Amino acid sequence: MDLDSLYQEIILDHYRSPHHAGLREPYEAEVHHVNPTCGDEITLRVHLDGDPDNLIVTDVSYDAEGCSISQAAASVMTDLVIGQPVDKAFAAHEAFLELMQGRGQVEPDEEVLEDGIAFAGVAKFPARIKCALLSWMAFKDATAQVATKEEA
Amino acid sequence: MSELTGLLPGLEVIRKDFPILERRLSGDLPLVYLDSANTSQKPQVVIDTMVDHLERHNANVARAMHQLGAESSAAFEEARDKVARFLNAPSRDEVIFAKNASEALNLVANTMAWAGPLEVKAGDRVVITEMEHHSNIVPWQLLTERKGAELRWFGLTDDGHLDLSNIDELITENTKVVALTWVSNMLGTVNPIAEIARRAHEVGAVVVVDASQAAPQLPVDVQAVDADFLAFTGHKVTGPTGIGVLWGRTELLDQLPPFLGGGEMITTVTMEKSTYAGIPHKFEAGTPPIVEAVGLGAAVDYLTEIGLENIHRHEQAVTGYLLDGLATIGGVSVLGPTDPAQRGGAVSFEIAGIHPHDVAQTLDAGGIAVRAGHHCAKPAHKRFGVQSSTRASSYLYTTPAEIDALIEGINYTKKYFKVT
Ligand SMILES: Cc1ncc(COP(=O)(O)O)c(C=O)c1O
Repeated sequence: MDLDSLYQEIILDHYRSPHHAGLREPYEAEVHHVNPTCGDEITLRVHLDGDPDNLIVTDVSYDAEGCSISQAAASVMTDLVIGQPVDKAFAAHEAFLELMQGRGQVEPDEEVLEDGIAFAGVAKFPARIKCALLSWMAFKDATAQVATKEEA
Repeated sequence: MSELTGLLPGLEVIRKDFPILERRLSGDLPLVYLDSANTSQKPQVVIDTMVDHLERHNANVARAMHQLGAESSAAFEEARDKVARFLNAPSRDEVIFAKNASEALNLVANTMAWAGPLEVKAGDRVVITEMEHHSNIVPWQLLTERKGAELRWFGLTDDGHLDLSNIDELITENTKVVALTWVSNMLGTVNPIAEIARRAHEVGAVVVVDASQAAPQLPVDVQAVDADFLAFTGHKVTGPTGIGVLWGRTELLDQLPPFLGGGEMITTVTMEKSTYAGIPHKFEAGTPPIVEAVGLGAAVDYLTEIGLENIHRHEQAVTGYLLDGLATIGGVSVLGPTDPAQRGGAVSFEIAGIHPHDVAQTLDAGGIAVRAGHHCAKPAHKRFGVQSSTRASSYLYTTPAEIDALIEGINYTKKYFKVT
């Protein structure tokens, strides 16, 4: 097993100094997600702004406990989604999910995923895919909660 | 390194009994299997016994009126005899086959919910411990929640032992059940079962012992520890998955209602009502895991032949060597007792600055298999303020050279993640 294909330098950099870490105000939704098999956890808040048809992800803040892959994924995700319209953030999520589920066969698009392309190697380690997806799932969940609140 | 005292004589020969230990992993690396507390590897005799049963004797048990049926039934019941001897059970009928330890524990917790002499009622108390595997926590939570009973537990001391200082407060006249693990799968702690059983019996409580980690490595004598029920799981004692054992005292098993209903567990059935078979069949509804039971019989015979005392001594020697090795590495802290005489062969530890997942992944790249996570003991991890840990667990086939490989692997891991 090629460790270096999993632990890309970019991933280890994000792990050592995660971007946008910590929980901040204001926020419209907070979620707590757990990976039941290993116990990794994340508390994540989203703050959306703008007009209801074109909500912007103004901030994503989080408190996460977990391995290098899950921590780095959270950091990379915040870089990708903060400042973006919700639909663009969701498109990044789709692209990241496709990369993770692609068994190492999917060629990542750096335009869309930026540092997220470093996770291409994770797709070859089935046990670690959940780690990479935990924060994305939390983000999707929190954002969807705000969107439903806005509609109501 | 064979000058370590206590190692099994003929360790190299024993290793030859386990074909998987010859496996080469990715990169042509030899397997260093240090995850035996999770599941043990299987000796050739267990594999052969199961294959032989399937190739030559396969038939359903109890209900087939033909030669193969008789052979299969005899093999299945002989496995029960072997397990009864393994546990020093007073009667073979006290050995009930289940799917695993979890099902065995659920059998007791579920049937105690029903009306009868052993029913746990509102206001009664069930006492467990903070070091239990989830399999010996959740069934008792379900029972006490359903019945309006109270769930209490022994806490843990900082060095990973049961805190027995409030035993008189915990085990009272209201206490109906004391359920605890013999050996912790996370901390490795060996608990004083006989002492706690004595206190529990003074108030008339039933003692349920989870021997999942004890049965692989200690001589288990249900009479000596004075348990009322005892559960273990086949796959950790070199047997197959899909088979576990509940042992219980005859008079208590007789007092419990059936668990699952179906074929084999009845005396007679009418459309209105059924009457039930005696033990053990009362608790074995449907076609049992036949070849798995036969394999388990071969497994406990294999362990008995090597000798549980010898296996225990081997585990203590290897565990002591592992603890010494871990003590040489900066930033490593062991969870649980650090005296090998007081613990079993599962050692959980933390490495400052590296998450257990990353430790396990890096070790795996070197062919070393360990477990990372909460090991189904979340409350025990919480007690020690950690979310997860890395666990290395040895068994009768583990060599000091494999421990050396682990220590080297941990040092490499620290270098890889640039922690000092
Ligand atoms: C102490 C303890 N109890 C119970 C179990 C559950 O065993 P099983 O999953 O085979 O039911 C285990 C093993 O995982 C264990 O270590």
